[in-house]
Amino acid sequence: MEALKRETIFEEQPAEGKTGVRAVPRGEIAIRGLQKVYETKKSRFEALRNIDLNIGTNEFVTIVGPSGCGKSTLLRIVAGLDELTAGSVALGGEEVIGPGAERGMVFQGYTLFPWLTVRENIEYGPKLKGIPTLERRALSNHFLKVIKLEPFAGAYPKQLSGGMKQRVAIARALANRPKVLLMDEPFGALDAQTKLEMQEMLLEVWEKEKTTVLFITHDIDEAIFLSQRIVVMGAGPGRILKTFEVPLPDKRSPEVRELPEFLALKRELGQLLKH
Amino acid sequence: MSTTSLTKASRKRPNRLQIFKEIGGRPFAMTASFSFVLLLGIWAALSYTEAVDPIFLPTPGEVVVEMVRLLGTSEYWNHIGISVFRVSAGFLLACIIGIPLGIFAGTFKYGEAFVEPPMEFIRYMPAVAFIPLIMVWAGIGEWAKILLIFIGCFFQLALMVADITRRVSHDLLQASFTLGAGRWKAIETVLIPAIQPQLMNTLRLILGWAWTYLVVAELVAVNSGLGYAIMKAQRFLNTDQIFVGIIVIGLLGLISDRIFAFLNRRLFPWA
Ligand SMILES: Nc1ncnc2c1ncn2[C@@H]1O[C@H](COP(=O)(O)OP(=O)(O)O)[C@@H](O)[C@H]1O
Ligand SMILES: [Mg+2]
Repeated sequence: MEALKRETIFEEQPAEGKTGVRAVPRGEIAIRGLQKVYETKKSRFEALRNIDLNIGTNEFVTIVGPSGCGKSTLLRIVAGLDELTAGSVALGGEEVIGPGAERGMVFQGYTLFPWLTVRENIEYGPKLKGIPTLERRALSNHFLKVIKLEPFAGAYPKQLSGGMKQRVAIARALANRPKVLLMDEPFGALDAQTKLEMQEMLLEVWEKEKTTVLFITHDIDEAIFLSQRIVVMGAGPGRILKTFEVPLPDKRSPEVRELPEFLALKRELGQLLKH
Repeated sequence: MSTTSLTKASRKRPNRLQIFKEIGGRPFAMTASFSFVLLLGIWAALSYTEAVDPIFLPTPGEVVVEMVRLLGTSEYWNHIGISVFRVSAGFLLACIIGIPLGIFAGTFKYGEAFVEPPMEFIRYMPAVAFIPLIMVWAGIGEWAKILLIFIGCFFQLALMVADITRRVSHDLLQASFTLGAGRWKAIETVLIPAIQPQLMNTLRLILGWAWTYLVVAELVAVNSGLGYAIMKAQRFLNTDQIFVGIIVIGLLGLISDRIFAFLNRRLFPWA
C-alpha cells in the first residue's frame, strides 16, 4: 500500500507551492451543490438542498442531525446507492456514478451474509477482486485480529452478538481496502456499554488502517469522541447548518469525555440541535 | 388473605396449551404416536366389528397381509419403479426450467412483467383439465404422464421462486454492491445463496403435489404404475389393495420429504 499522509484539505485553503493548481488528494470526497428530491406523481419532497462538503484524505468526519434530516440519504448518494437530483459527488476528482469497492459501507442494520462464516464474510470483497487464496487468508487473519474476533473465524453470523456482527461488518468493509469508509449509525442498535467499546475499537482501527471515514450518528457524544470534524445538519429541507472542528488530539482515551473542550462542544452542539 | 392464596396461586399448574410454547421432543413424539394409534384404533373398530361392510373397508390386518404379499412380487416393484420415474422426471423438468425462470422473474422487473402475468393466469387452470389436451399432444405414452406432472408443478414453482427471490434483503444486495459486486456477481453471490433454504422448502412442497398429479396421470389409460394398480384393484373391488397403493404412495412421499428435510439441515447450517 502507498503511504498516506494525513492532510485535511478545505476548499478555502490556497494550494501550497505549485502554481495555484491544487492536486486533488487521494480519498478526498467533494460534494458540490447536492440536491435530492423524492418525486412521485402526487408529491415532491426535497430531502437535501445545496449540500457542499469536502472531506480530506484520512479525515474522520461525522454528520449529526435530527432524525429525518437526510443523513442517510446523503451517505447513500455518496455510496452510489441512491441517485442525486442535482449537483455532484466526486471521489479523488472522479465523479461518483454508482456503488463501488472504493467506497466501503457499514449499515445500521446487520448486513453480514448469513451463509458465509465470519472469515468468508471478511474475504468477500477481496475474493471478488480475484485476490489469491493465500493472500486473502492473510488479509482476513489480519482483520480478525484487528477486531479481536479470531476465535470466531469459523462461526456463522447468527452465532454472533450485535456488537460482534458490526465489528465483522467493519472488518469486511476494510478488508476491501476502500478509500473511504461510510458508516450509517453503525452502533445505533447496540447497548450503551457495547457502543462505547465499539467506538474505542473504531478509533484504534482508524489509527492503524489510515482511512477516510464519513460517519453518521444522532449521538452528539459519539460524534465528538470519534471525529476530527462535525457537520451539523438541519431538516426541512435537509441542509448543513454548521461545521465544527473538534479541539481534541487524534489519540483519544475515554477520559477525553471529561475534558472542558469536550463538554463545551457538547453543550454548543446540544443547543444547536435543540431547535 | 396473603399466604394461603399466594401458595395456592403458585401451586396452580400452568395450562399445558400455551400459545406457541415449545413442548420438548418426548411429549411431541408421544402425542404424535397417540394420534396414529387413535386413527388405527378407529379404523380397527369400524372394520373388525363389521360396522362398515368389509367390501368397503378392509381390516388393518388384511391390509398388512396384502401389503406383504404385494411387496413380495416383482410386478408391484415395477409399478413402484415406473411411478417413481414419472414423478422424478416431471418434477426435475419443472425444476430445470422453473427455477431459473423464477429467479429471472424475481430479479428483474422486466422479467416479472414478461413472466408473471401469463403464469398467474395459467396457474389457476387446473392441471387435470389439461389431460385431454395432453393426450392429443403427447398421446398416452410416458411423455403424457411426465407432461401432466410438469404442468402441475412448473407454474407454481416458477411463481414461488420469483416470490422468494424478490424477498431477499435489499440491504444484503446493497452491501455486496458496496463491496464491489456487479449485477451478475450479486446474483451469483447474494441472491442465489440467499434463496436456497427457502427454495428447498418450496421443492419439498411441490414434490408432494407431483405425487398427487402422478396418481391422476396414471388413472387415465395406462397399464403400469401405482395409480394403475389402484385403478385395477378398484375394478375388482379389492379395497385392501387400494389401501396398500395409497399407503405405499404416502410412504414414498414421506421418504422424499424426509430426504429434503435432511438435505436442508445438512446443506444450510447457517439458516
Ligand atoms: N425513498 C424515499 N421516498 C420518499 N421519501 C424518502 C425516501 N427515503 C427517504 N425519504 C425521506 O427523506 C427524508 C430523509 O430521510 P433519511 O435520509 O433517512 O433521514 P435520516 O437518516 O437523517 O434520519 C425523510 O423525511 C424521509 O421520509
Ligand atoms: Mg438514517
